[in-house]
Amino acid sequence: MTLVASLRASATVFVAALLQVVIVSSLVVAGGAPDLLLLVVVALGLLRGSTPGAVLGFAGGLVVDLVTLGTLGVTSLILTLAGFWAGRYGETTGRDRRFAPIIAVGTITVLAGAFGYVLHYLLDVEVAAGHALVTALAPAFLLNLLLALPVHAAVRAIVGEGERDASAPEVEVLV
Amino acid sequence: MSRQRSARSAALGLTVRRIPTTSPRGGGPLRRRLVVGVLVLAALVLISLTFRSDDSGPLSGVQSAGATALRPFAVGLERVAQPFRDVYGWADSLLTARSEAEALRAELQEARQRAIQSEFALQESVYLRELLDYIDSPRFPADFDPVAAEVTGRPSGAFTQAIVIAAGSKNRIRVNDPVVNADGLVGVVVRVASRSARVQLLTDEEAAASAIDNRTGATGIVRHARGTRETLVLDRVRKQDVVRRGNEIVTAGWRAGSLSSLYPKGIPIGKVTSVGQTDTDLFQQVQVDPYVDFGSLDAVLVLVPTGRP
Repeated sequence: MTLVASLRASATVFVAALLQVVIVSSLVVAGGAPDLLLLVVVALGLLRGSTPGAVLGFAGGLVVDLVTLGTLGVTSLILTLAGFWAGRYGETTGRDRRFAPIIAVGTITVLAGAFGYVLHYLLDVEVAAGHALVTALAPAFLLNLLLALPVHAAVRAIVGEGERDASAPEVEVLV
Repeated sequence: MSRQRSARSAALGLTVRRIPTTSPRGGGPLRRRLVVGVLVLAALVLISLTFRSDDSGPLSGVQSAGATALRPFAVGLERVAQPFRDVYGWADSLLTARSEAEALRAELQEARQRAIQSEFALQESVYLRELLDYIDSPRFPADFDPVAAEVTGRPSGAFTQAIVIAAGSKNRIRVNDPVVNADGLVGVVVRVASRSARVQLLTDEEAAASAIDNRTGATGIVRHARGTRETLVLDRVRKQDVVRRGNEIVTAGWRAGSLSSLYPKGIPIGKVTSVGQTDTDLFQQVQVDPYVDFGSLDAVLVLVPTGRP
């Protein structure tokens, strides 16, 4: 990533983290709220690759944990893995697929919800599984899917897409 | 093209070999794994340190400094978003205005009658307390200084029910200070930075408050109802105690020796919506609809004990 692209990506994640904490978290529809920061991290992973996705996910999570005075590292851990996974998907199977953002966002929303629940359980935080994994996750999943393409387009317009190595195929036939 | 070829080869049972991805977007495989490994390790270290350090530990200082540095951005964004939030609230209230007005009219009539009765009871109570030299638990508003604070954020996800407010230790706020708004009990302060604090809402899974039925005197513990976002239950109410639908639940505010409840006595919590009991249960099942709309908190009052430096 160039310096300009890195700065733009960092600023995007910073603004998305603040927007998530200040506004988006309180936009509860049918019991769940969209996760703008997760959408931005997934879009950055798809557009710029797994390493920037993981680094920006970690940074975004750290901003959220600092602003909300939460347990430092929890959101960072979830978003690091989300950004990395999105990046790997974008570099391999999801490459050039039109609906890659939707598939990535849908999968990562569910995985992040389940991983977040397990993490909080391990940290001895009381969370009702039914609420965390169904009541809140189902509407959040739908809202994230709804916002996946617009957010992806916005992030692409701001940060741009990383260089591609089109000559590298995924698999090679050894007949 | 490559994807089609791999699918066809899989169908034909041909041998294929994965080529390591050397895309400049992701960096080399080793570098990529190293970076994500370091980040995951850093996150785990942060989690461990946060759990091991107390409120005066070095990490708490770092978090407080970070929160203070980011506070202007959060407050600024909150101010920018407020007009849009107001428009949303106005549009939302239009939809429910008619039914809400009817319910409020009925409530007002009842409140008028109760206010007159309460005035008599209050005069009698003051007289009897003076006679007995009665030592009571802390009461609001007499024993507390309210600190008004703007709500600047709320953590995302379904794992915690909390808000962040724009006031902290510099405003004399400490951990375990009760938080209210005009409607009733909101929650309790669980973490404090110099200019911000985290408030655990009463709807959080880990929150609880000792409470009492204002009319019958039945006591219990108000806590979050499992599986819902904004419903409460009055737990531990004995079967012989009387709780009726429509009764008001307020904080009990007890004192035992040098210990006292976190919440002062008499803060409204909510109204009883249903009461049930089975033969096998030890306690009654009482559902409470909270007065506070936890989803649209804009500002709250932190109750700071009078005389705190």
